[in-house]
Amino acid sequence: MERTTTLFYKTQVYRMQNGGLTDRVVPEVAPPNLTSANADVMQKVVEALKKKSSTPVEFSTLLFESVNLQQPDQDMSFLLSSYGGVHLDVVMDVLAYANMPAQLIKGIFLEDGRRRQRIDSLVEIVAGDRWLIFDPKTGNEGLPDNFFIWQHGSASMLDVIGGRNSTIEFALVKNTLPLKSILFMEGHIEEQPLLDFSIYSLPVEQQGIFKGLLLIPIGALVIVLLRILVGLKTSGTFMPILIALAFIQTSLLMGLGIFLTVVGFGLWIRYYLSYLNLLLVARITAVVIVVILLMASLSVISYKLGFHQALTVTFFPTIILAWTIERMSILWEEEGPHEVLVQGGGSLLAAILAYLTMSMSLVEHLTFNFPELMISLLGVVLLLGKYTGYRLFELYRFRAFGRIE
Amino acid sequence: MKWISPKKLRQLGILGMNSRNIDYIGRSNNRRLFPLVDDKLKTKKLAENFGMSVPRLFAVINNQHDIQSLETQLSGRDQFVIKPAQGSGGKGILVISERAGELYIKPTGASLKLRDLKHHATNILSGLFSLGGRPDVVMIEDMIVFDPIFSHYSYEGVPDIRVIVYKGYPVMAMLRCSTHESDGKANLHQGAVGVGIDIGTGKSLFAVQNNIQIEKHPDTGFNFNELVIPGWDHILHLASQCHEMVGLGYFGADIVLDKNKGPMILELNARPGLAIQVANQTGLGKRLKRIDQHISPMSADVDERIALSKQLFATTT
Repeated sequence: MERTTTLFYKTQVYRMQNGGLTDRVVPEVAPPNLTSANADVMQKVVEALKKKSSTPVEFSTLLFESVNLQQPDQDMSFLLSSYGGVHLDVVMDVLAYANMPAQLIKGIFLEDGRRRQRIDSLVEIVAGDRWLIFDPKTGNEGLPDNFFIWQHGSASMLDVIGGRNSTIEFALVKNTLPLKSILFMEGHIEEQPLLDFSIYSLPVEQQGIFKGLLLIPIGALVIVLLRILVGLKTSGTFMPILIALAFIQTSLLMGLGIFLTVVGFGLWIRYYLSYLNLLLVARITAVVIVVILLMASLSVISYKLGFHQALTVTFFPTIILAWTIERMSILWEEEGPHEVLVQGGGSLLAAILAYLTMSMSLVEHLTFNFPELMISLLGVVLLLGKYTGYRLFELYRFRAFGRIE
Repeated sequence: MKWISPKKLRQLGILGMNSRNIDYIGRSNNRRLFPLVDDKLKTKKLAENFGMSVPRLFAVINNQHDIQSLETQLSGRDQFVIKPAQGSGGKGILVISERAGELYIKPTGASLKLRDLKHHATNILSGLFSLGGRPDVVMIEDMIVFDPIFSHYSYEGVPDIRVIVYKGYPVMAMLRCSTHESDGKANLHQGAVGVGIDIGTGKSLFAVQNNIQIEKHPDTGFNFNELVIPGWDHILHLASQCHEMVGLGYFGADIVLDKNKGPMILELNARPGLAIQVANQTGLGKRLKRIDQHISPMSADVDERIALSKQLFATTT
C-alpha cells in the first residue's frame, strides 16, 4: 500500500563562533565531463575571466557577477541554457574547469517562524590557504550571519530506499536561551562549579518537572494577592492553581470548556448520589470514578470527532475535580446556587488570572533560570501576610457607612 | 450605592478582615484554646462546670453504629435540635419542633422521616459540616423556646444575641433575627436581619439585612425601633464571664433567651464576623482601640468591666 509518510526530526542549534571552517582537506579537482561544444565555450569563458582577474577571489567574484547579470553575455547564456538554467551547476563546472578547488555548502537561511524552508547552497573556494564562501545568488563574499551550515560538500542529504518523491523541508523557530544552558549543551558544565548545583545539572526530564513546579509559587502569589488584597472568595484555597496548571497544558478556552463540562456533569451525578445516603469517603470515591469515566469518554468521543485538543483533559487533577464537585454540591444545598456562582466564579477567575501570569514567557524565563528569585517572592508573601489594611471588596461591603458623616 | 474610600473607613474605625485576623484573633487568641470553642460539646461542658446556663444536651452520637439507636434516643421528645459539635456558621443544624406520627416537622413546616434524620446524622459524623472535613460527633439537645418578646422579630427560627467580648469587656452587640430568606438561620450572610444593640441599655439601634438598613422585619412587618432586650445586664454578665471560662481575648458569645430558663450560652466563636459593625453603624476597630487605651491592668471583676463598657460604648442615655 502506498501512502504519504512524514518523519519529523527536531534539533536545537546555536552558533558557537564563525571560525572553524578552515581546517579541512582541500578536495581534489575533478575535471567536468563536457560535450565538445560546451568545452569550447567553457574554455572561452575561463580565459576571458582569467584575463580580467589575478587571484582566485577576483576570478570567483567576476564569475558570480557574469552569471547573475540580467542579460549575461553570449557565451554565458549558452552555458546557462545548456545547463538548464541552473546557475550553481554552471559555476561549479566553470570553477572545476579552471582547476580551482571548490565545493558546495548546504544549509538553511534562518528566519524565525519560517515553515517549508528548503535547503540552500553556498559556494566555497580555496584561495591560497583559506576557504572563502560566496553566496551564488548575490556574489557576496563571506558567510551570511543567518546561514546555518548543514553540510560541506554535495553529498546527498536524504537517502530513501523503497520510497519515491521524497523532499526535505525545514521549519524554524527562534528561541532565546540563557548562557548557562548553552554551557550545559556544550558540556562545559564541569568547568562551572556553581552551575553544577543549578537545576540545569538535573536530567532533562526532571528539569521539565521543575519548570512546572517553579511556576506554582507565582500562581500562589496571585491567590495571596486576590485573597488578602482583593478579598475574592474561592472554593478551596489553592484549587485555582491546580486548575491553572491544567490550563497551561490544555490552552485556556479548551481548559475552561473541559472544566465546566466535567464539573457540570459531575454535579448532576453528585445530585443523584446524595439520594443514596452514602458515607462521605465512599461518596467522594464514587465521584472520582465518575469523573475519570467522564474524562475517558470525553477523550474518546472528541477524538473520534476530530477534536484532538480535548485529549489534554487528562492534565486535570482528578481528585481535585472530585473535591470541587463535592464542595460545590454541598454549597448548593446549604447556601443556594447564588453562593455556588460566587465561589465557583471566584475560583475560575483566580485560576484564569493565575494562568495568565504563569504563562507569561517572561515569568517562565525568570522562574526557571533564576530560581533564587523565589526568595524575593517569599519576602513579598511574608510582607503580605502582615497586611492589616482593608480588602478591596470591603470597600463595597461597608459601603453603607459612606452616608455617615 | 457607591463604594467607600479606605480613608473614610479608617476614620470611622471600621475593622477589616485582615486586621481582625492579625491584630485581634492572632494576637489575643491562643491557638491552643480554639478547640474549646470550635467543639460545641467542649464549650457546653466547660460552661456547665462554670455554672452557666446552656441548652440541655440529651444525647451524643459518636459513631455510625450508634445511629441505629437514634429512634429510641428520640422517643418521647417532640422538640429537639440535631447539630454537629464542630459545625461552623450555623451549618448542619436541624431543628425539629413537632412530631406527627412517623413524621418529624421542622419549624418551616417541612416534614422529615426518621431515615432523613439518620442521613443527616451520618453526614455530621463524616465531617460534612466541620472545618476541613474532620470527623465529627452529633449532639442532640433541647429545642430553645424563645422568649415571646422576640416573636414579632423572628421568622421560623431562634433569634440570638451576639456579643463581641474583648479582654473580658463587652464591646459591641447585635440581635440576629432569622428571616424567610435566611431559611430560619441567624447568619447575616444568609439573609438574616442584624439589629445593633446599645451596650448601655439593650435598646435597638439600627437594623440591617444584606448590608442595607431596614426599618421593619421583612416577614413579620414589625418595626425594630421599639425593641428592648429584657435582662440586658444579665446577658452582658454572661458574655463577659465567658472570658474567664475559655481564656480567649477576642471572641463572640452567642446567647439565646429561653422563655422559661432565661439567657443561655448557645456557643462561642473565636472568629466572630464583621457584619456586626454594619448593624451598629459604627466601627469595631475604634472600640477595640479604646479598650486597649483605657484598661491596664484588666479588671478581674465582671461588674466593673461591664460598668466601664457601658460608660465607654453607650450610645443612648
